[in-house]
Amino acid sequence: MNRDMLAKALKGHEADYVEIRLEERRATGIRYRGRELEDVSQPTSSGGNVRALAKGGWGFVSFNDLGDLQEKVKLAVRQARLVGHDSTRFAPVSPVKDVLQELAVKDASKVTLAEKVEMAGRYNDTIMGVSKVESSVVVYSDRRRKVTFANSEGSYIEQTYSDVSMRVTAMARDGGDVQQAGLSMGSRGDFGQVEGQHREVEEIARRAVELLSAPKAKSGEYTVVLDPILAGVFTHEAFGHLSEADFTYENERMKELMVLGRQFGARHLNIVDGAAVPGLRGSFKYDDEGVPATKTYLIKEGVLVGRLHSRETAAKMGEPTTGNARAIDYQHPPIVRMTNTYIEPQKVTFDEMISEIKEGIYARNWYGGTTSMEMFTFSAGEAYAIRNGRVAELLRPVVLTGNVFTTLQNIDAIGNDLDMNQGGGCGKGGQSPLPVSNGSPHIRIRSCLVGGA
Amino acid sequence: MDQSVKLKLEDVLSRAKKDAEQAEVFFSAVDDTPVIFEANRLKQLQTNEGMIVALRLVKNGRIGFSTATSLDDIGSLVSRAVEVAQFGAVARFELPDRRLFPRVSMHDPQAESFEIERMVDLGQALIDRVRGHTPDLLCDASVGKGMASLCIMNSKGGQAEFKKTFFVLGVEGNLIKDTDMLFVGDGESSCQAIADIDTVANSVVRQLELAKRQASVSSGSMPVIFTPHGVVSGLIAPLTVAFNGRVVLQKVSPLMGKVGQKVFGELLSLRDDPTLDFRPRSRPCDDEGIASRNTYLVKHGVVGDFLYDLQTAGMAGVQSTGSGDRVGASLPAPSTSNLVVEASGVTLAEMVREVKEGLLVEQLMGASQTNVLGGDFSGNVLLGYKIEKGEIVGRVKNTVVSGNVYQALNQVEAVGSEARWVGSVSTPPIMCAGLAVGSKG
Repeated sequence: MNRDMLAKALKGHEADYVEIRLEERRATGIRYRGRELEDVSQPTSSGGNVRALAKGGWGFVSFNDLGDLQEKVKLAVRQARLVGHDSTRFAPVSPVKDVLQELAVKDASKVTLAEKVEMAGRYNDTIMGVSKVESSVVVYSDRRRKVTFANSEGSYIEQTYSDVSMRVTAMARDGGDVQQAGLSMGSRGDFGQVEGQHREVEEIARRAVELLSAPKAKSGEYTVVLDPILAGVFTHEAFGHLSEADFTYENERMKELMVLGRQFGARHLNIVDGAAVPGLRGSFKYDDEGVPATKTYLIKEGVLVGRLHSRETAAKMGEPTTGNARAIDYQHPPIVRMTNTYIEPQKVTFDEMISEIKEGIYARNWYGGTTSMEMFTFSAGEAYAIRNGRVAELLRPVVLTGNVFTTLQNIDAIGNDLDMNQGGGCGKGGQSPLPVSNGSPHIRIRSCLVGGA
Repeated sequence: MDQSVKLKLEDVLSRAKKDAEQAEVFFSAVDDTPVIFEANRLKQLQTNEGMIVALRLVKNGRIGFSTATSLDDIGSLVSRAVEVAQFGAVARFELPDRRLFPRVSMHDPQAESFEIERMVDLGQALIDRVRGHTPDLLCDASVGKGMASLCIMNSKGGQAEFKKTFFVLGVEGNLIKDTDMLFVGDGESSCQAIADIDTVANSVVRQLELAKRQASVSSGSMPVIFTPHGVVSGLIAPLTVAFNGRVVLQKVSPLMGKVGQKVFGELLSLRDDPTLDFRPRSRPCDDEGIASRNTYLVKHGVVGDFLYDLQTAGMAGVQSTGSGDRVGASLPAPSTSNLVVEASGVTLAEMVREVKEGLLVEQLMGASQTNVLGGDFSGNVLLGYKIEKGEIVGRVKNTVVSGNVYQALNQVEAVGSEARWVGSVSTPPIMCAGLAVGSKG
């Protein structure tokens, strides 16, 4: 599809705004299960969409067949006009013309399928080589997307994104009791970053076996210490989603609740999101509305100072755009999403954090997390008892849950060891998994509700 | 199906056959038209057209696989599948020849021709109805219709071709008072047009009524009744994993070697049934062209069959249960279709009356983000109520419910009489004896 054809299709419509996004994608998927190489595939796909805005109403048309683009624009405009009965408010941005060809250091798209299969196979052998491990799942996937964006304001952007993700799981069984431990890795296209993790993978396999004899934590309130990986997931679930403006911009009560200046935590708490932080899985130069990426403080010294916006939410809330409108692929419209989200480091060391705890839980790594804005849960892949200032025995996995308005206030120590979690992905509005990263130093939370047994 | 598409699929197959011992081409096209409401108002109309073509072949005994979203480059589709076959898994199956399939109704012309304006009216009526009960509720809603056509053909002469329609209707509302947020919602899905908002609206209004008052519960072990939504959010995920033939073959299903043994309570019967009429997951055959059938997973507490596709059935030395399912651009894998927990004798009202102190759980958030393989669940009660002396007294918050399905469903106290669909699961309420409840404050 050439540039002139896009420009032509965008001309002469009856809407306030129209954009076209086209995408080509090549992916690789490899899955080992137990001793078997179960799945190897290299799917390709291509398609696009048209989004139109008229009098505040949206139309959206997605397709695989790129023919008749003008007809598709007409349909999207017709839909938007059917919906819109108000006025359009859409934050102005300067039109951008940019063509970006980005390649990571050892870009996965340049690595042979044989090398990828071999690496996944070696991780699988590492797991299966640990005594008493019953089975494994090793999933490697990468994808390279080329996205072409053009809008009726004159923007034309070509961007490429490479993304690599990997999840290894080890399983151990004792009769009907099955335990598992897993590790996620990922990078913004750099294959090198998921290589050479055999020591960590072996540790995962050993832990799956150890969990068979580990006791369960009792359900109740605990002082918990989270490692940087789990604290990153906590930041994403507990606060990140709440700061996405699409839940707030048309909700008067939420606007009162999320008013800038509200105290959410103590003075040591700073939370940031930004795709302009380079080299991470949530990094990019322009979002899917063609808005330049930024780095946005959400919480500064415990106070709410910003939130994440699309052009529509920014206009309706009278706040600056942040470049957070993202779509997982051409089949979906962009919605407000996080990019790279983290708690900034402070000065407390891990030993200091632990030494003051008589009885608590040290939770590491992640299984998952979810939120309903006020309430959130996040689950630890690994948990240990803390007793008398020391990390003690391994426990069965725990689910931690809380209420955002009290839990952020209950963070009473923030460490000095910021680390970013590049594994996993984020799901919202049927768009999953979107590449994001999140991170934090070790943090300590008082009175955190833990679901054990 | 368009004749030109069929000719192209035949072309893919004949080219693949030259290079492979077995070959199968799968094609699906979906046309989906959702109407989306946000903040009580119509916000967006969408038209999504998508298609996928997948080629699976067996070359030198190994599986090769590729997919594309267009039929324009058949050469690349075949060559990518052949390339991948050198790394692929050893094939343990023979593709099926031409078979007879059961009759399953999945197509409703009224769903197909349902006008957009009427869908808009339905969505608005649904929002107006629940806000008639609670004017401060802020609602998102969607009404959608769609059509899917599917075609499978293979080198053994096996083929299948069918069309289905689908229709969905749903609403979610939030009510915020100071820092307290209440989320309510329900939805319906079918292959038939849904022109009646009563079921969904009444369910949401009931949630709003029950949540009016607040109650608190102390930490400890207590009986928990799961509503159909509660069952789906809390108890189903570990079961779908454990009955998956792939997990059984991996020797990590807790049910491995337990076929014919009584593992669950007498009251529990569970089946997978893709042959039901007009359910969105229903189908005459699976995504590999194997005839659909009803499979009992649990009958009166006794473990029945596991679910297999062709490859896993071959590995296990059994027949496929017609459970081969494709998600997007992936190889077929065993999966549930419509999961049915069979209803039993007791009404929800009767169950509640039995409880001195316990919980009624409607939504357990994050419950399956733990060791589901071992049967564990643990989640925050996003919507649930306290039961005191046989009465529902109010909504609980800051409460976590945990357990293990093998213990919880072994000691199942009661299975209700009022089953309903929640997505692709039909279940009545289920009452479990003593579950761990943790609470804050």
